[in-house]
Amino acid sequence: MPDTSALILATLALGEAAVGFRGRIVALDMSRAHATGLPRSELERRLLELGFVEGADVELLHQGLFGGDPIAVRVADATIALRRREAMAIMVAGEEALP
Amino acid sequence: MNAGLELAPVVALVGNPNCGKTALFNALTGSRQKVANYPGVTVEKKTGRLTTPAGRALTVVDLPGTYSLRARSPDEEITRDVVLGKAESEQAPDLVVCVGDASNLRLALRLVLELKHVGRPVMLVLNMMDIARRRGIEIDMAKLGGELGVPVVSSVAVRRGGTDQLLGEIDRALAGLPKTAPADWRPPGAGELRGAQREADRILRSALRGTGRPDSGTNRADAILLHPVAGLVILLAILFVMFQAVFAWARPLMDAISEGFTWLGAMVGEAAFLPELLRSFLKDGVIAGVGSVIVFLPQIVILFFFILVLEDLGYMARAAFLMDKIMGGAGLHGRAFIPLLSSFACAIPGIMATRVIDDRRDRLTTILVAPLMTCSARIPVYTLIISAFIPDRELWGYVGLQGLVMFGLYATGIVGALAVSFVAKRLFWRTNAGEPFMLEMPGYKIPQLRSLALGVWARALAFLKRAGTTILSMMILIWVLASFPGAPEGATEPAITYSLAAMIGHAIEPITAPLGFNWQINVALIPGMAAREVAVGALGTIYAIDGGDGAAAKIGQVLAGQWTLATALALLAWYVFAPQCASTLAVIRRETGGWKWMWTTFGYMLALAYVAALATFQIARALGAG
Repeated sequence: MPDTSALILATLALGEAAVGFRGRIVALDMSRAHATGLPRSELERRLLELGFVEGADVELLHQGLFGGDPIAVRVADATIALRRREAMAIMVAGEEALP
Repeated sequence: MNAGLELAPVVALVGNPNCGKTALFNALTGSRQKVANYPGVTVEKKTGRLTTPAGRALTVVDLPGTYSLRARSPDEEITRDVVLGKAESEQAPDLVVCVGDASNLRLALRLVLELKHVGRPVMLVLNMMDIARRRGIEIDMAKLGGELGVPVVSSVAVRRGGTDQLLGEIDRALAGLPKTAPADWRPPGAGELRGAQREADRILRSALRGTGRPDSGTNRADAILLHPVAGLVILLAILFVMFQAVFAWARPLMDAISEGFTWLGAMVGEAAFLPELLRSFLKDGVIAGVGSVIVFLPQIVILFFFILVLEDLGYMARAAFLMDKIMGGAGLHGRAFIPLLSSFACAIPGIMATRVIDDRRDRLTTILVAPLMTCSARIPVYTLIISAFIPDRELWGYVGLQGLVMFGLYATGIVGALAVSFVAKRLFWRTNAGEPFMLEMPGYKIPQLRSLALGVWARALAFLKRAGTTILSMMILIWVLASFPGAPEGATEPAITYSLAAMIGHAIEPITAPLGFNWQINVALIPGMAAREVAVGALGTIYAIDGGDGAAAKIGQVLAGQWTLATALALLAWYVFAPQCASTLAVIRRETGGWKWMWTTFGYMLALAYVAALATFQIARALGAG
């Protein structure tokens, strides 16, 4: 699979992506979300309940004025608003890196 | 709840937020619905009745929207407990109807899979089928039902006859229904949720015919409405119009109501066949009390109309998105913005509007600080004191000093509210990071007039019923304090100076003396509890000033001769913070479902008011204004 290395290189946290970013969720990594006010297992379950599941297509649509926070993300057919702090736990690969 | 309602089968509506569940509930039950509170909590309980085509009488319960039975808020706990049949006051549902937005089914399908585990009969309704079709989304309902293992029907809640298929299926389901005992349910872990969402995605792919187009209208609107700068400007413009409407449009109606009650009071006051005491009780206690409640009704109706329009439109989630960072700095949730803004008109509709905040802690913090926003009832008091004590001159050539003081009082209230919420977040909740801000932004939809009318009607009725009883009893208490004992024979002073209120005024003089308050001010503050502006009239009564035209100006002249500047400034500082409104306290008790938060609000506001007035008086006197 020649794509794998390219995929790993192109992986970033949704919390650090720019507006207009399109890609796919490759992993949920709770160790990357700091100071969210929720235990990791709870944060993971909430993200899953809002449809952030590995394999789902995402697009970063909008961001707020101050510090680019919060962000509005299209996940499959739904649009979800969340803060970049929590979005750090969502690992994504840009569409150009996808097979 | 009457006996007939208890016996009817119960159908519970469950679904994600914004799936059109309430529109469906309104279509099913129409005006035969009622809004109440679940015992002990602030969650709205909506039940209604309907008769199916087969003649079966049903009770329909509209449960709070949720993504999962794993409850995270008091609202979602209600949904979980009712579905599981664990809510003590509620009859367990015979049928769980899961409502899904046909154009956004992914999360709804996962919820259906979770609901199936509960062991009650489940049915899926694909709502807003018309919108989905317009976007080219075709769903193979038989395939979807087969894969999910539950009946699937479609509905268009907003169209006449749009629920016929659903009602037929409910009839079929209830006809052959064995009373099932729910299985042991436990909250799913991350692995189960992940597996269920993947399964839901697979089922959705297999049942979708036609991929559909994106909601281009919503995308175009969001490009402007969620723009970092333009979005904020538009939000402020919307809020300005709303504020203006609550403030200005309500004015004529409020004046009319107020005049109506004054006229009624005067009529009763002149009814010579009634004993003097009864006349006073009816006029000053009951009629003035009821009037002081009903006068808020126009503001509440207008405010809730705007809130429901914005909510149904799908804009509320956007407003929260735009304001989240700004409000977050003070430890408030993005959704607290509109309730706090409404509180500038009156804290009562503002506190009622906190229902848009899902998280209980965020909602309580907002309720706690809402009364610090300068409401319209403070304006008569501020105007009186400012015009009597603050010289009418210009600063730096163009800024009026009186206006500047007024602005300072508003600003002090806002800064106070932000500071209190900042402290409350840490004191009561002991968390630095609050609940994460995560919410779905629904596609924009045109609000339905019928739905709006039902929503406003239900809230107006709830306000009159709930607040009316509590507020009225407080008004009567205040009347008793200000009226007993009556003036002795041959009394020369106004009657109120012989009352319990005056005794209290004298008794607390040692406490209020460091604030520069004399006993007359103390006495005025007691009827001022009924409504802040009443203190103006009370001061007039105590200083024996005749009413009529220009009474306020006369009071101002007298006060300017009687009080020092330090006392006047201290009274202003007191009025910024003091819990001088029985109606607000009563509404806090109602909305938080207990006395605890009412007394917390009363206590902290009283403490702040005392400290602020004390500091103001002492500093002003030290600077030579005493």
